[in-house]
Amino acid sequence: MRALLLRDLILAIRAGGGFGLGLAFFLIVVVLVPFSVGPAPELLSRIAAGALWLGALLACLLSLDRILALDWEDGTLDLLATSPLPLEAALAIKALAHWLTTALPLVVAAPLFGVLLNLPAPGFFWLTVSLLVGTPALSIIGAFGAALTVGLKRGGLLLSLLVVPLYVPTLIFGAEVARRGAEGLDATGPLAMLGGITAGTIALMPFASAAVLRMALK
Amino acid sequence: MMLRVKDLTVARGGLPVLAGVSFSVDAGQAVMLRGPNGSGKTTLLRTIARLQDPVAGQIECDPDQVAYAAHSDGLKSMLSARENLRFWADVYGGGDVEAALEAFELSRLAERMAAHLSAGQRRRLGLARLLVVKRPIWILDEPTVSLDEASVALFANGVKAHLATGGLALIATHLDLGFAAERFDVSAYRATAEAVGLGASDEAFL
Repeated sequence: MRALLLRDLILAIRAGGGFGLGLAFFLIVVVLVPFSVGPAPELLSRIAAGALWLGALLACLLSLDRILALDWEDGTLDLLATSPLPLEAALAIKALAHWLTTALPLVVAAPLFGVLLNLPAPGFFWLTVSLLVGTPALSIIGAFGAALTVGLKRGGLLLSLLVVPLYVPTLIFGAEVARRGAEGLDATGPLAMLGGITAGTIALMPFASAAVLRMALK
Repeated sequence: MMLRVKDLTVARGGLPVLAGVSFSVDAGQAVMLRGPNGSGKTTLLRTIARLQDPVAGQIECDPDQVAYAAHSDGLKSMLSARENLRFWADVYGGGDVEAALEAFELSRLAERMAAHLSAGQRRRLGLARLLVVKRPIWILDEPTVSLDEASVALFANGVKAHLATGGLALIATHLDLGFAAERFDVSAYRATAEAVGLGASDEAFL
């Protein structure tokens, strides 16, 4: 399992496209928000938490098809499926690699981008915490979407359509944590819900992903 | 250690392609699957490797003893030859990477990215994977595609060494590989609608 994680991390670094693409997209979204809603600082500081969460989610969505598509094309998935590594574990590891290479940089960058949107001072802590707790769910749900669409040519669009509805609960509670934090309210309630969603998806999604991937390989 | 297949019916895309296939391979034995293109060799091999379910019949072999090598080699072009093998060795619990590179004369290319290897060199690297995974049952699909004569000889030596240590091999190929092996022609088992006695399972829903 360690070997698979290391391999995926090395590939993400060498092939590029992992860190850079998501981060650049996130930055673009954040930069475009003031252009679209107007530069009023009070308005921006009110929508900052939600806009940052939306940007991070879209940036995460962008790189999902890379989780499995490359391994499918070069035949690695067939060989992994016949290897002693359980497919469930392999998919969980791949989701973890995706989180480390794509979502974690977003979490780190989000407070910096928060400055661009005039995020209120108490919001920085809660934004980081909510992203840290919420983004693992995005990666593991994304791996499920990638497994569903793995055999399809240009499945990227379909993947986004399938995955976005599953992202809704994470977005609602994640953005709620960040918004309440930014306004100085108690955010522990939605944070507990967010954590519950993440824990639930991590526990269940690898099994669903492995089941649909087995179907795709047949 | 042996591989036995009894009355096996295999399907591709919901349509049975082979029916009533029975054969067995003992330890130390190699069997060549023969048959024209599209006759179902790959489907049969994928079924035996448990990548798909049989329509009917039994496969007697431990799936944890099988090493499967497909048309594509499963190489990562951004990893070096050694890193590619090292990965599979780690997944399967440690084989000797250097010896495998040596056996397929890849030591000189060990540091080179797989993206920069020729088709034949990539194939050799794909076959070297069989040596590091240390599984007694080899299921190989057209292993000699894009190999030159010298490389085919290397591969034949590899198979012979594998058989000598009590392994067995089931190989779909169109070439004579230069070692004693039983031949098994799948074209005699082509599935007909009557022989199978069922339509495609998804037709009823259309």
